[in-house]
This record gives sequence, structure tokens and C-alpha cells, in this order.
Amino acid sequence: MFKLVKRLTSVVAMFAVLFTFTTETMAAKKSKTLKNTQKKGFVRCGVSQGLPGFSNADAAGNWTGVDVDVCRAVAAAVLGDASKVKFTPLSAKERFTALTSNEIDILSRNTTWTLSRDADIGLTFVGVNFYDGQGFMVRKNSGISSVNDFKAGVSACTNLGTTTELNMRDFFNSKGIKYEPVTFEKADEVVAAYDAGRCDTYTTDKSGLAAQRIKLSNPDDHMVLPETISKEPLGPVVRQGDSVWEDIVRWSLNTMIEAEEYGVTSANADSMKTSDNPAVKRLVGAEGELGAALGLDNEWSLRIIKQVGNYGESYKRNIADTGILPDRGPNQLWTKGGILYVPPAR
Amino acid sequence: MENRGITFGYGFLTQESSFDVQFSLIEYDGSHSYFRAYLVGLLNTILVSVIGIIFATIIGVVVGIARLSSNYLIERTAAIYVEFFRNIPLLLQIFFWYFAALRALPLPEKAEPIFGVFFLTIKGFFVPAFVWNNLDIFIYSVIAAIIAIVFVRLYAKKKQENQGIQTPVLSISIGLLIILPLLSFFLGGVDASVEIPVIEQLSKTSFTFKGGLKLPPELISLALALSLYTATFIAECVRAGVQGVSKGQKEAAASIGLTPNQVLKLVVMPQALRIIIPPTTNQYLNLTKNSSLAAAIAYPDLVLVFAGTALMQTGRAIEIVSITMLTYLTLSITISIFMNWYNKKIAIKEK
Repeated sequence: MFKLVKRLTSVVAMFAVLFTFTTETMAAKKSKTLKNTQKKGFVRCGVSQGLPGFSNADAAGNWTGVDVDVCRAVAAAVLGDASKVKFTPLSAKERFTALTSNEIDILSRNTTWTLSRDADIGLTFVGVNFYDGQGFMVRKNSGISSVNDFKAGVSACTNLGTTTELNMRDFFNSKGIKYEPVTFEKADEVVAAYDAGRCDTYTTDKSGLAAQRIKLSNPDDHMVLPETISKEPLGPVVRQGDSVWEDIVRWSLNTMIEAEEYGVTSANADSMKTSDNPAVKRLVGAEGELGAALGLDNEWSLRIIKQVGNYGESYKRNIADTGILPDRGPNQLWTKGGILYVPPAR
Repeated sequence: MENRGITFGYGFLTQESSFDVQFSLIEYDGSHSYFRAYLVGLLNTILVSVIGIIFATIIGVVVGIARLSSNYLIERTAAIYVEFFRNIPLLLQIFFWYFAALRALPLPEKAEPIFGVFFLTIKGFFVPAFVWNNLDIFIYSVIAAIIAIVFVRLYAKKKQENQGIQTPVLSISIGLLIILPLLSFFLGGVDASVEIPVIEQLSKTSFTFKGGLKLPPELISLALALSLYTATFIAECVRAGVQGVSKGQKEAAASIGLTPNQVLKLVVMPQALRIIIPPTTNQYLNLTKNSSLAAAIAYPDLVLVFAGTALMQTGRAIEIVSITMLTYLTLSITISIFMNWYNKKIAIKEK
């Protein structure tokens, strides 16, 4: 009897090993990007040239921000170490070409998810890590307190090659206002030109306005108008055609959001293994075989939470504590009045 | 490309562009096609190149001759200018002129009028504009004047060759250029009035000018940086050209009784030009290509409008970059064909 049980368990174990092995190799075989990443030993991540709160390098070259954290999460999941990321700063103009031409594997650069970008140019958006909207910054003493105060002849500084350029036209056209668009390739030049008085207003995503305001010579002389003129769901992008890699990035992001929902933090993740809630146990890899489906081991999600933290921690560290946008607005969990809602990890 | 899910085709050129451009020589807004956006960028590139080439040539010739001056102060000043401007990267100079200009120029409401009608402000250089009636007739009259001048010149040349009599071609040409367009005003129903820019309030502290013609500060600083930079190289070409004419030529010319002006015009310059033109052609080409640095300071040239915004909005990198490359190639070849033609014209004609 004992022998039989022993033999049976070994057979089951063998099958289990065989099964996980085959699924793993199948997933790894299907995903060229995953294989290459594991071979290289680092995740190639495209970020902005410096947008505080999203992706910004300090003097020592350490990158921080919520966009950076997405790449770190993927590195933690795939390579086991959140620091194994090679960041490539890209201008708005270069970003998609860098991704489609295989220079980077994830583009996490405050990029708006639109139909034409998703469907037309060989890209796939995997989710939203920041819900944003376009706004306007003006000088406080200008007497402009609403977008309805703009008059024909207004000059607006903005970044080249963004949805901002299109929204701006839609907005001013709908108001019947003739305006002067002044577009720069780099954000620093936009800020400098607006600061010098070249433009009456500076328009981009509201988070960007809040972040760039700090760079002005007198931040307190400027304010962001209350209106939001567009939907800007910002999220990470991958190349089209590698669905396993796409899933890995998507679920790395989802893990961070779901971890916040279930109260799993970088501090308590290990102790959550013994939680009573099966959803929590799945999240920290104590139950289920979720990693195998992605070609990863079962502790991938635990590593993300332990090394990078959940979405709330990332937001607090990068955006709230730096004074950029202390109020989470729509980027709050759906259970707390926001619109962050991710499919369940099961 | 198929592997990566990228489609290829030039069909997007006819689609609505849906973005605006701050400064355009032709009528354009977002409801026009991408092809028209391309034309806007191309014309802006040509505009800044032409302005740059004209000013670079003028400054270059003046400085080049100044470097040969026997006056120590003039010669040194020219030399310092050349060494200073040609040894600083152009992009830095563009940034310098743009941001220095932006910092130095007054806001519209504080701008002092120049001659009462020009306003140089941080938002641009506002100049009076002509409002035309029957502009086409005026243009025809100018073209007619130019054709007439060509015939007068041919006639004068023949007359000199056959009878040895010189005709005052220059004064006749100027006369034609004035009289024919003037006639178009009286007979052709052409009518022009001047529109002077007027200050307008946008909000409590924000002003701009309305009416007149507006040259954006981006155009001015880019043209300035390009001309000052390229002029240094042209100055060196001019200096080399003039120094390349042997002293004996000048002495011989003077000894047969030519005045110093005639020596320069009839003996030195024709020979110097032969040395000057080929390297100057290179500088013109460089200037045209360098104008693509406009993207850094928001001047809507071909690179910014087409290889920038249009590329971003369509994502058609290969198509747009290929068109842009071909365009610059065509521009450069056109300039060099023209300069080669001119070079041949002034070359020694061996008989």
C-alpha cells in the first residue's frame, strides 16, 4: 500500500514536472522576446527623456517613476531582479520606431492608447497605468481662469508628435478660435519657451503640466486650468505579434493594481502566503499555477510586489510624495471611487 | 515588415492631416491633406534656406573682403568673427539666438514701434502687409519687365560687339522694373493698401498684434544663426578667391589705365569668382541641409512638420523618411546644378 502511494506520487510528480516543463518551454518557445530577454539578462525599456513622476533619471542615473516601475515589474517577473532594466530615453517622435525596430521590448513612456496607434503601426497596448487628460497651463496674472477665456490669436506651446497636437486643434476648432501652435521636439524647450513668454499657454497632459511646472523659474506664478479637454489613457506598449510577451507585461501591471486592491504590499507580501483569501494566495504564488501559463515560475507575482510594490505604493512614491499630483483622481481603485479596475488573476 | 505588422503605402498622403502649423506660406490647416502639410514644410525649408543664403552671401562677401583690408582693426574684427562663429556647433548657436532673442525681446504690449509700423516682439516680428487687388496682373507686369530686361541686355551685348557702343543697361533695367509695375496700377486696376499691425488684448496681461504680416521668432533666429554661421565659411572662400588672383594681374590692369573699380570689376572679380564659386556651392548645400535643425526651436520646416508631426501621427516612418530624404536630395541637386551652370558661365572660355 505504502509503496503504491509512493509510486503514485512519484508518477504524479513526474507528470507535474513534465507538464510544467512542457508549458514553460512552449511559452518560452512561442515568445522570442522572452527568450531574448532571459538570454540578455535585462529588460530593454523605452522611457521619456525626463518627466518627473513618470520616468526621470536622477544625477546618478537612477530611473524612477510609475512608467519605470512597469518595466521594473517585468524585470522582477522575468529575471527575478527589478534592477535588471536597461532604460532608453526616447523623444515622442522616436518612441514607436524604437519599439517596432526592436531597439526596445517595452515602451513605457506616458503614451496615449488610441485606435490608430494600436491597430495601424505594429503596436499593441497592454493596459493603462495612468488615466490622464489634456489641460492648459497659464500665467496666474493673465486673468484667464477657464478655457472659455481664450481669444483668437492665442499662442500655445506644446510637444511635437503627440495626441496633444490633435486635441488642441479639435478643441480650438470647436470653439472657433484661431490659434498659433508652437511645437518643440523636446519638453525642456517647450518649458523654456513658455517660461520666456513666447506662448500664452502650455498644453499637454495634466500630469505632465503638473510635473513640468516645477521646472519653471517661478512655479507659483502659473496654474493649470480646471478643464480637461481629452481622454488620455497612458499605458505600456509592446510590439505586435508576441502574445506571450504581451501577456507578461499586461499581467505584471495588473498584478501591481490587484495587489493594492487586496492590500498586499512590498512589506507584507511574504506573510500573505498564509492568507485565508485564495485570491491573495494566488497573487503571492502560494496557490495555483499561474506563472506557468506565462512561461514563468510561480513566484513571479510575489517578486513584483516585493521588489517594486503595489500600484498604490508606486503612485505614492513617485507622484504623490513628489508633490506632482497628490490627489489620485481617477487613478484610484474602483473600490475607492476611481476607475482602476483590472481583470482577476486566476 | 509584415512580420512586425507594419503596412506600407503612400495612400496616407491624401488623408486629412488634422494638425495645424504655426507658420505657412500657403493656405493650410488641419483639414488639408498630409501632402499639403508636406508642401508647407517644404516651402518653409526653402524660405529659410533662401533667406539664409542671401544673408550669408552678403555677410560672407563683406567679411571676406574685410579680412583683406589693410586697416588692422577691420581685418582683426573680421578674423575674430570668423574664428568665433565657425568654431561653435550650429545647434548651440541656434539655441543661443532663439533663447537669447526670446529673453531679450519685449512682450507685445511693451514693444517700441520701429518707424511707427514695425514691431519686434517675443511673439514675432510684426510688419505691415500689403492688401492687394488684382495681384495677378501686378505679378504679370513684373514678369513682363524681367523678360524685357533680358531682351535689352541681349540687344546691348550685340550692339557692343558690332558697333562698340555701350548701352546703360543698368538704368534701363531699373527703369523697366519701376515703370511696368507702375503702369499696372494705373491701367490694370491693381490696387494695394497697407495694413499696419495693431495691438490686441487677449487677456488681462497677454497681448498680441493683429493684422499685418507676422514673422515668427523661430524663423528670425534660425535665419540669423544659419547666415552668421555659413557666412564665416563663405568669407574664407571669398578671401581665398581674391588672394588667389595673382598680383601681376592687378598691376597690369592698373598700368593700362583702368580705375581701381574697373580693376576689381573687370579683372580681379571674374578670376576670383572662378575660385570662389565651387566651395561656396558646398556652403549653400550645407546651409540648406542645416536648416533641418529647425526642429529644435519649433520652426515648422520639412523635418518638423513632415518627418516630425506627420510621421508621428501616421506612424509611417519608412515612407515619410524616404520622401524627406528624396526631397533634400532634390533640393541639393537643384542647387548644385544651378551653381555648376553659373560656374561654367564664368569659367575661362578657351577659344
